Amino acid sequence: MEPVIVEAVQKELDRLSNKEVYIHLETTNGAYATHNDESFFSSGAYIRNAKIRYEQGKITGPNPYRIGLRTEIGWVYAEGITHFEVDEKNRLLLAGHDFQGKLAVALEISETPFN
Amino acid sequence: MEKERHLLVIFPHPDDEAFGVSGTIASHINNGTPVTYACLTLGEMGRNMGNPPFCNRETLPNIRRQELQNAADVLGIKDLRMLGYRDKTVEFEDQEKLISHLGSIIQEVKPSLIISFYPGYSVHPDHDATGAAVVEAVKRLPQNERPKLNLVAFAKNCVDELGKPDIINDVTEVIPTKIAAIKAHRSQTQLTVANMEEKFKQNDPQIIAWLQNERFWTYHIN
Repeated sequence: MEPVIVEAVQKELDRLSNKEVYIHLETTNGAYATHNDESFFSSGAYIRNAKIRYEQGKITGPNPYRIGLRTEIGWVYAEGITHFEVDEKNRLLLAGHDFQGKLAVALEISETPFN
Repeated sequence: MEKERHLLVIFPHPDDEAFGVSGTIASHINNGTPVTYACLTLGEMGRNMGNPPFCNRETLPNIRRQELQNAADVLGIKDLRMLGYRDKTVEFEDQEKLISHLGSIIQEVKPSLIISFYPGYSVHPDHDATGAAVVEAVKRLPQNERPKLNLVAFAKNCVDELGKPDIINDVTEVIPTKIAAIKAHRSQTQLTVANMEEKFKQNDPQIIAWLQNERFWTYHIN
């Protein structure tokens, strides 16, 4: 992955709009967050292979960036995005890494289901 | 350390075996005991991607599969099994299916000793779910076929509630192998291992104590 280049990510969001796509969306503090710091309330969620179609996708900044996808009857949203990659399967992989480099958020968009 | 006929290690994530148990595994292998390691998931949801990141959510499973194999090679584990579950989902699996899956491995391998996690005292939900299924699978064996259970616990309340661990293995002789096994899980450990190795070289007493003592609780089935 490399640090977000807004124009490159926007181009990919446009390419994947208005078609059936699969989404991986995740936020995480890690399973040890509360173990390491009892005052920390750990939470997280992920959804893998949600099938959606969005009519408009946008990245806004400054770094770390936010992404919003407007679907026919709802929204997909992620914040804290720092890195991106278009992989060999032409999937748009977006992730936010915290100050230690650990993944904190991921939003991935693919035209084929994820494994 | 007592000589075992066969050791079966059951953990949910690649690297679970490295930190607290790899010295014990290496010692048993040096002792001529065959070791089977059944690892439930590939740690697909790990948060460490390297810094700067050299993997991503989609490449992580294959990288961790290779790291797991590397760690097994370092330790000399000949029978490594990847069971195909998914990270963070073990507790949501059909409990009966999981028990019978692990039970079938136990019945095939017929270990004299199983190492796994202590259910309820192992912090990560996958750890607790794996430990609970292992304990239940062993419970269902006829009494004279049950292997010993040496379980790992590290929840904050584990000593208060379970008492002190009854088994503390001194693995001083194999510390270099243990460090190599930890390092084999490069994507997950590169951030901490450099610091740890440096302290070890400087004879930091806390790191040495942490590396040389591996703690287990014997689980007694009534």
